[in-house]
Amino acid sequence: MTERLGIIVSGSLNKGVEVRLDSSASIEDMAVGRFVTIEGEKRRFFGMITDVSLGVTDQRLSLTPPDVSDPFIAEVLAGTSTFGTLHVSPSLVIGGDAAAMLEGPQPVKTIPSHFSAVKLSTQEDVELVFGTEDEKRFFIGNPLDMEVKLCLNLEELVKRSNGIFGKSGTGKTFLTRILLIGMLQKSQAVNLVFDMHNEYGWAGTREGGPPVKGLKQLFASRVAVFTLDEENSRHRGVSTDGVVKIGYDEIGPDDIALLRQTLNLTDLAVEAVHQLSRRFGKSWLEDTLALKGAEELPEGLNVHEGTLLNLQRGLATIQRLPFIEPHSPANAVQAILEHLDRGINVVLEFGRYRDITAYILVANMLSRRIYAQYQSRMEKADAAANESMRPRPLVITIEEAHKFLNPEVAGQTIFGIIAREMRKFNVTLLVIDQRPSGIDSEVMSQMGTKITCLLDNEKDIDSVLAGVSGRNELKSVLAKLAAKQQALIFGHAVPMPVAFQPREYGSARSYRDFAPRKDAEEDIEKLWD
Amino acid sequence: MAEIQRVGEVIEASTTGFTAQCYELYQMPPLGSLVRTGDSAAELYGIVCNAATASLEPGRRPIARGRDEDSEEAIYRSSPQLAKLLRSEFGALVVGYREGDKLYQHLPPRPARIHGFVYQCSSDELKDFGKSFNFLNIILNAHLPVPAEELVAASLRRMSQAHDDQRAFLVAAGRELAVLLGGNLNQLNAILGRIKL
Repeated sequence: MTERLGIIVSGSLNKGVEVRLDSSASIEDMAVGRFVTIEGEKRRFFGMITDVSLGVTDQRLSLTPPDVSDPFIAEVLAGTSTFGTLHVSPSLVIGGDAAAMLEGPQPVKTIPSHFSAVKLSTQEDVELVFGTEDEKRFFIGNPLDMEVKLCLNLEELVKRSNGIFGKSGTGKTFLTRILLIGMLQKSQAVNLVFDMHNEYGWAGTREGGPPVKGLKQLFASRVAVFTLDEENSRHRGVSTDGVVKIGYDEIGPDDIALLRQTLNLTDLAVEAVHQLSRRFGKSWLEDTLALKGAEELPEGLNVHEGTLLNLQRGLATIQRLPFIEPHSPANAVQAILEHLDRGINVVLEFGRYRDITAYILVANMLSRRIYAQYQSRMEKADAAANESMRPRPLVITIEEAHKFLNPEVAGQTIFGIIAREMRKFNVTLLVIDQRPSGIDSEVMSQMGTKITCLLDNEKDIDSVLAGVSGRNELKSVLAKLAAKQQALIFGHAVPMPVAFQPREYGSARSYRDFAPRKDAEEDIEKLWD
Repeated sequence: MAEIQRVGEVIEASTTGFTAQCYELYQMPPLGSLVRTGDSAAELYGIVCNAATASLEPGRRPIARGRDEDSEEAIYRSSPQLAKLLRSEFGALVVGYREGDKLYQHLPPRPARIHGFVYQCSSDELKDFGKSFNFLNIILNAHLPVPAEELVAASLRRMSQAHDDQRAFLVAAGRELAVLLGGNLNQLNAILGRIKL
């Protein structure tokens, strides 16, 4: 039996409805973000508590408060003269007749009638709205204060670019791990993870606890770990599948343009890169560094001395990166693509090179080349009208996304293009960031599903919620999330916004739960032996 | 059924109330108690809202007689006619009636009959009557010789004694009052202060 919370007393479709709490329901048990069901006369509505407030029938009660030290008086007044109200934003509705039941929940176009009963949602309600765990849906956590499995349709999720946001230390990485596992199990998509902090492939860290397992440890046969820093990976006992080295000749002018801010280059220097690469061809980087001064520049190149120095200083920073070699022996892009084609997820570890320059350079370079391959393959498949020729959907996971997607560079980086063009070429992004306000608003608006942990900067909250209906209500939910292990999900892949607690990750049991299939189970058993 | 007690006889009746005279001097039911009169066709329920003991003849006031007596009882012993010259009466506010099996907490279609016997209600009847609090509204809106809050509090206190969970009954009544007196906080506080255990 579900507990009745109260009745609808007023409201509007735009602003949500007011619920007067029954005296039996304690206002202290309510919480913003909770999922509630409203039983209208003909329809059932689903919504979320977005505000909680106190009311009195007589203003004098607040001026001369009664003697509530007497439990009798307190009990009489609670729920009658003094009462709690909830603000609920209904987002979905389901009709009572059979046809409507089959159709499933639809977005609300009206509100429940006066005095409709409001209840906490039951397991059936949640399952009706979010579905149950099946071959497409993945259990990602529990709605706040509920013991029900909240499932996410990952097939839908990977069709758009998505974002995971939250302050540092709010559980973004754990959430990402869960999502990556979900994608690995329930969707056709493969992942390419640019793992800046070496958190996803092999063991990851946990605040105040032992390290947690990475993807490769759980799904050895379906995850490959590439590394930029072989020594570091070996040192940490990671079994890597490949080492990525980048040749000078693989770095193009566009890659430098993206690094303008991190390398502290002037606009003129970036301009000069284009000229130089046109003139010197593939070896432009080496040739430019070899120049002793502006006077050595070939005929017809108009680069100022200062600009050249500025550029050379910047290029030297790149040259010093240990994984950059004059000529890379193996084609890293091809190796990664081969793995992706076989349906194997690739995690690229950066080892000790956590420097943002390295990260931007590598992520951008690799993604651009991989994306180009995808684009041409998709075009071929479309030209041949052959679905089976299409490459597997690819999800590229990037951290510190505001470095790639800030308004200044979003137009130039490949990630800006992927985010905007979305799934036309079967490549989408999973963006992880702690400063969403730093991301270009155009890119943000193209993101399908956003999952956000606690954010407290007003700008960040605004940018995450920009363009979402009922954003004021969601704002109050978002600002009140717990500092750890609570998140709000909204957008394309979920029928309605919902605050949830991500499922457990890190205990032996949680690992077992993640891997219901036989082979994975055996792998895990071996790990624990 | 032994506790059902005949307490008097109706000597004046109107739609909203009736006055009954007690058979014995000073044997009136307490303030706020529930009394019943009428026949099986329609039983009227009233709440004792007023009681008085006075001379039979309005113009003839009693005089002090106890100067040479040792105790008050001695006065009545030495002047046995007093019991016949004085009378106790009580007024009851009609708060409902029963027709057949149904109990209504609103004014009856007809007033009580003169010389109808008045009984004090048993605790079973009190419990039954206390299932609804609509009678509170009648008391609060009536023109009474005593303050309404006194009568409400007295009747609830008496009714609560018939209930096993006195507190739960009083809380439920208090909640009803809080709704009825939403705009009159002082009266509400006065009543709540009088009914708390």
